[in-house]
Amino acid sequence: MRATSHAFKANAHEALVDATLQRALGVMKSGFQVRRAEAIAKLPEFEALREAGKAIKNHTLENLDFYLEAFEAKVAARGGQVHWCRTPAEARDKVLGICQRLGARTVTKGKSMIAEEIALNDFLEANQIVPVETDLGEYIIQLRHEPPSHIIAPAVHLVKEQVADTFRASHKQLDPARPLADARTLCDEARGVLRQKFLRADVGITGANFLIAETGSSVIVTNEGNGDLTQTLTKAHIVLASLEKVVPTLEDAATILRLLARSATGQEFSTYTTVSTGPRRPEDTDGPGEYHVVLLDNGRSAMLGTEFQDMLRCIRCAACLNHCPVYAAVGGHAYGWVYPGPMGSVLTPTLIGIEEAGHLPNASTFCGRCESVCPMKIPLPKMMRHWREREFEQKLSPAPYRAGLSLWAFLARRPALYHALTGIATRVLGAVGRRRGRFRTLPLASGWTNVRDMPAPEGRSFQSLWAERQRGAQR
Amino acid sequence: MTNGREQILGSIRKSLKRGPVTEARASELRAKLEAHRRNVIPQRAAGLDPAAQVELFIRMAEGVQASVARVKSAAEVPGAVADYLAEKNLPSKLVMTPDPRLDGMPWADRPLLEIRRGRAEDGDLTGITACGAGVAETGTLVLTSGPESPTRNNFLPDHHLVVMRRDQVVASYEDAFDRLRARSKETSGEWIPPRTVNFITGPSRTADIEQKIELGAHGPRRLHIILIDEA
Repeated sequence: MRATSHAFKANAHEALVDATLQRALGVMKSGFQVRRAEAIAKLPEFEALREAGKAIKNHTLENLDFYLEAFEAKVAARGGQVHWCRTPAEARDKVLGICQRLGARTVTKGKSMIAEEIALNDFLEANQIVPVETDLGEYIIQLRHEPPSHIIAPAVHLVKEQVADTFRASHKQLDPARPLADARTLCDEARGVLRQKFLRADVGITGANFLIAETGSSVIVTNEGNGDLTQTLTKAHIVLASLEKVVPTLEDAATILRLLARSATGQEFSTYTTVSTGPRRPEDTDGPGEYHVVLLDNGRSAMLGTEFQDMLRCIRCAACLNHCPVYAAVGGHAYGWVYPGPMGSVLTPTLIGIEEAGHLPNASTFCGRCESVCPMKIPLPKMMRHWREREFEQKLSPAPYRAGLSLWAFLARRPALYHALTGIATRVLGAVGRRRGRFRTLPLASGWTNVRDMPAPEGRSFQSLWAERQRGAQR
Repeated sequence: MTNGREQILGSIRKSLKRGPVTEARASELRAKLEAHRRNVIPQRAAGLDPAAQVELFIRMAEGVQASVARVKSAAEVPGAVADYLAEKNLPSKLVMTPDPRLDGMPWADRPLLEIRRGRAEDGDLTGITACGAGVAETGTLVLTSGPESPTRNNFLPDHHLVVMRRDQVVASYEDAFDRLRARSKETSGEWIPPRTVNFITGPSRTADIEQKIELGAHGPRRLHIILIDEA
């Protein structure tokens, strides 16, 4: 997909005035947050599990080469194959090569953010292979030719009337006068249409929530069962995964699984957690004949050892999106690429460059909720600050902003001058604004006053009041 | 592709500012994999005696919209199946995995049940399978693939009936892993997981349309557990 992250401000503005989108986002806010809080309240060990999960990922990242090689050896021992891909182009070619060798015409897909990252669907279509998304949300947005707006609820930006319109326009084989008023009917229609696709597909592609070094297995987590039908009924199962998905053992995966569903949807455990190891065995009567793991780097190995290494602990639960006031206001599409919300604001610049995605780490109030709900304790605000610093160092931010920041830094390093000037400014603004109590316009501050009033200062600065109170307390 | 592999591994090592892990470190890490030590285990189930674990398993499974029928012995399973079909107004027809654990039950007692042994196909409304374990912590069933238990039978039928014995209830996922490991070592002498291990917690569902939870997305619409109380 073509990134529009550089246009975040315009995207966000459009999103804020889109009444339908705002209605859809309103539903989202209440659901995810309440369910997560309830699920966590039921598990006293949640905090201990967070620490354990973080330690598992940190240990794995420090020994990533060892665990990836151990994983590969086990996959090979079970008759599967690992394909190491440095770039999205290499990963796409690998998938296409497998599909073409098997004479595949249709490919079913479980939900995979890596598939989005490498823009797999467009590529397969351009090569005469039909990809069919089977997660309900992904299926809906595929029909609408839209990117996902959320990493676990890709169609969260839509209301059911829009889904009904989409189905009517796409499922032309069905009676045009059929009722499609509620979610139940829409689910049933998608179930019926997709069941036939599952049965006819040649190759099944899924993502992976974990790769297990101990056994050479991949693990997927779904609620619908689509990933299972995708990988069970086809000639080959292709797993798309990035390097950091590997964990040492099944026990380690179990620890993180206890965090994942609770943080994501507020479920105690997702409906289907599936551990897949190699292709079907000779005596089996079903299962895929081939098993491939397409292992993508795409810049992740270079994140190790940097201030962004902690981001590689991310398990894609979306808790940070679900608790972000900016995401809740503008939705996922405004971010302009695959990964929205706080985790995207950190990850996107590493994947498509800070030149394109510079707005994203700035699209945060630094309220800190993302970090506080992150099951892997990733310091997201700190990393967004690192990006802001890099943006400043590379002189990518606008000149007036940079000039203003330099002036402020000059003053902040000279406390006496700073206090004198701010003292004068507060007194002047206080005197001028006393009658109305606020300003409708202010020179150099139109960005603020265009959309809200600036309250007039009471006449004294916080610091002088504080100093006075300290003196009073000592007396 | 060897090239890509070496470059990725090289890039990881460069970022970590070291060469390949030393032989001493590698054997430490291999021992860690071999030991597969447990991390934090919630006391919710692990702290209970076996009978209370069974109660918890049932409560948790029902909490995620599975239904549970308890029977005294394996001999009562065919009757429980017939009851379920009658209650749901379903045809007396089912597909059964070719599983010795199910074969031993007195299906002839219910001559009206039309049973096909084998793989589920599209259009099979009701299927019955055995299972490997039940995890009390979250009411999760553990089903493994094999010639006697094709994976598709867990997903294609609208109604999935699962037969289990009470001594199959364990506290945690980790307990279930250990049972899998023990079985594998018993049969092949080494730890090779079945091709597919399905951890199933309730019937299939989605909330992709306006966050409203609907059961029966792509997998079964109903999950019915028949729990045999004799050990």
